[in-house]
Formats: sequence, structure tokens, C-alpha cells
Amino acid sequence: MNQQRKAIALISGGLDSMLAAKVILEQGVHVEGINFYTGFCVEGHTHAIRERDRRRPKRNNALWVAEQLGIKLAIIDVIDEYKEVVLNPKHGYGVNMNPCLDCKGFMVKKALQWMQANSFDFIITGEVVGQRPMSQRSNTMPIVAKESGAGDRLLRPLCAKLMPPTLPEREAWVTRAHLHEFNGRSRKPQMALAEQFGITNYAQPAGGCCFLTNESYSQKLADLWQARKTRDYELDDIMLLKVGRHLRPRPHFKIIVGREAGENKYLEGYRHQFTHFRTVNYTGPLVLLDGKADENDVELAARLTARFSQGKNSESVHVLVEEKSGTSYTLDVRPLHQDEIPKEWYI
Amino acid sequence: MTHEVLDVRGQLCPIPVIRTQNKVKTLQGGDILDILCTDPGTLSDIPAWCRIHGHKLINTQQGDDEITITIEVTD
Ligand code: SF4
Repeated sequence: MNQQRKAIALISGGLDSMLAAKVILEQGVHVEGINFYTGFCVEGHTHAIRERDRRRPKRNNALWVAEQLGIKLAIIDVIDEYKEVVLNPKHGYGVNMNPCLDCKGFMVKKALQWMQANSFDFIITGEVVGQRPMSQRSNTMPIVAKESGAGDRLLRPLCAKLMPPTLPEREAWVTRAHLHEFNGRSRKPQMALAEQFGITNYAQPAGGCCFLTNESYSQKLADLWQARKTRDYELDDIMLLKVGRHLRPRPHFKIIVGREAGENKYLEGYRHQFTHFRTVNYTGPLVLLDGKADENDVELAARLTARFSQGKNSESVHVLVEEKSGTSYTLDVRPLHQDEIPKEWYI
Repeated sequence: MTHEVLDVRGQLCPIPVIRTQNKVKTLQGGDILDILCTDPGTLSDIPAWCRIHGHKLINTQQGDDEITITIEVTD
């Protein structure tokens, strides 16, 4: 009697992993999804924070994909364990701070642990040979299989026919002839397959899965490490890098300026952890100060706060300073003129 | 049957979903869970999670700044 085999599918919320899971579901395999939350995921946060994005229909794409496919989805918090991947990637970084190859290996390894704990048989991903310069090259695909420990229990249905048969193929748990040979950066084969499956509404084709591929975000992360003289982070640190304008006027402190109501509201949640500033007689942002600041620094931060308020052209703006300790006072300051803010202050 | 409360106010998605998922693992069929949230994303994500896993969405209450989502756990 043929036992129904079980596959755990890495679901990012994008089209490729959705198609990979669908291809295997179509072969009568029981499929469930797994999605990892690293803290750097683009999913959710920025949409939730920024007012202007709030009006857009918001959904968690991984959940949405699972629902479309009719499969269960486990979302796993890997925030702490993922630090090692970001801080010490064995294979280095991509163009920005994205340690894609180590990241893939890590996620497949976590999926393998889940597979073993839940008596599943194999793992599937939506990887396509040649699609990503770092992690999806023909010579790096075996590295992910090997370093994750998944070996030939890792099946990539979208490009399996370009690779040696894996265990699920050799054991005929899946039919190799019905797998695919997608290759390269073209999205056409994926779009054609989506159409064949009647999938019309999917998230951005091959968008980056996380903020680490974003240049400006990566610069902020590098700045954080440099300023603290240590490469480490907590979840709050990396969340705050997603929000507001970041300016470092002095090596020992930076400010985070809310750009709109949604961000100001989000930053409010951090006001007990940071000395913060807000304008009193004009509408303006909430500004957090991260680092050590003496009297002159506080005044400079207040003048910057005034600069980003409606009172930027006035002679004097009242700025309420609330220290971490709870002490608060008002400073009357002249807003900095745009020419007084060197470009290099912007991180 | 128990009635429990999960407070995920101030947390942004997908953390409320992860916390709900982990809490539900400790509950049994018929148990009720109130989830207190602030991220509007929970309004779509928690019901979606319930549909996928077969749990029942009992009620959604939206105040100015707070949202309460009540679900019934199914086995
Ligand atoms: S883009 Fe981010 S989540 Fe995706 S593989 Fe690279 S590091 Fe990992």
C-alpha cells in the first residue's frame, strides 16, 4: 500500500515558493508550510507603521498563500538564532548586508528540525537555479542541501530536473517527469505555471524577502554597529532601523525622526527607553535620541527637531525634552537651517 | 473549557500571529481566547490564521486604538 508522503514547504509569501508547494500538492503529497520570522522581514511592519501604507490592503502574504493552497502554515520566531547568521555569515554578504547563502542554509536546517519532529518526509523550496546571484547558483544549491543537513531530502520542484534526482524522486514519492527545469532570472516560466494553476493574484514576483537586501537599511545597520563598537543587535534596534529618518550629527549619538503620524505613534512606544523631543508651539515629529548626549548635544537635537517641524522657518521654537529618567524641560531654540545640516549626517 | 487572554498590544505582525499560534498549542478544543492587539494587521492576519487551522473566529471588536479578537479553539 502506498503511504501518503508528507512535505514541509518553505513559504515566503512570494510566487516561487507558492508554485513549488502547488506542484507537489498536485502530486498527491500532503504539504504543510513553514515561514520564518527573522525580525528583518519586510512583511507587515512597515505597512503597519506608516499611515499612508495603512490604507493599502494589508495581509501577511505567507498566510495568504497558505490559505490559497489550502495548507497549514507554521510561523516560527527565529529572531535570536538568526543573529548568528547576520553577524557571522560563513559565506559572507551579498551586495548589501544580506547573508543569503547562510540564511537559506539556516532556514532549511530549521525546516529539517521541524520535519523530523513532526515525522514528515522531505522539504521543498521555491529556489530556481540562476535566479539570485548569491544563493541560487548551480554551484551553491548543493551547499544549502549539505550545510543544512537536509541532503537529498531537499527538493526544489521548480528546477529539480536540472539537478541529480533527490530521495523523493528516487523513491517515487513524487514523479520527476512532472517537476520543472526553470533556470535563470526570467519570470516567464513562473508566470506561465501560475496561469496554468489559475493563480492570478500573487505578491510581487521575486521581491527581496527582507530588509537586509535594502541599501539604506544596511547602511543604518552598519552605522549602528560602528557607533556601538560592537556587532550585535536586539529586536528593538532592528525594528527602529525600519522607521523614520536617521541622522548622526555626532559619533556618540543619533536621532530618529518620525516622518509622519503613523511613525510618530510607533516611536511613542519607545519613548521611555530614549531621551526624546517634540515641538510645543508647532506641529512636529517625535524625535528619539540614541546614544550619549551632553547639554550641547541635547540643544543640537532640539534644533534638529525644530527643523523638521512646521516651525522650521521661525526664529524660535519651543521644544519639550523628556529625558529617559523622566525629567522634562522646555528649550527655546532656533531651528537649524538646511545648510547647517551636512549631508553626511543622514544615515 | 477555559477562557484566556493573550496581550499582544504594541506588537507588530507577524508577532501577534506567532504568539496566538503558540498560545493555542497549549489550549484545548472549546477553549476561548481573547487576543488584545494594536496592530491593524491583526484584523486580517489572525482571522486568516484561524481559517487555515480550522479555529473559529467568534468576535472582532475594534476601538480607537485597540482591537480584541476572540477565537474558539477547535481540536
Ligand atoms: S533576502 Fe534576506 S531572507 Fe531572503 S535569503 Fe537573503 S538574507 Fe535570507
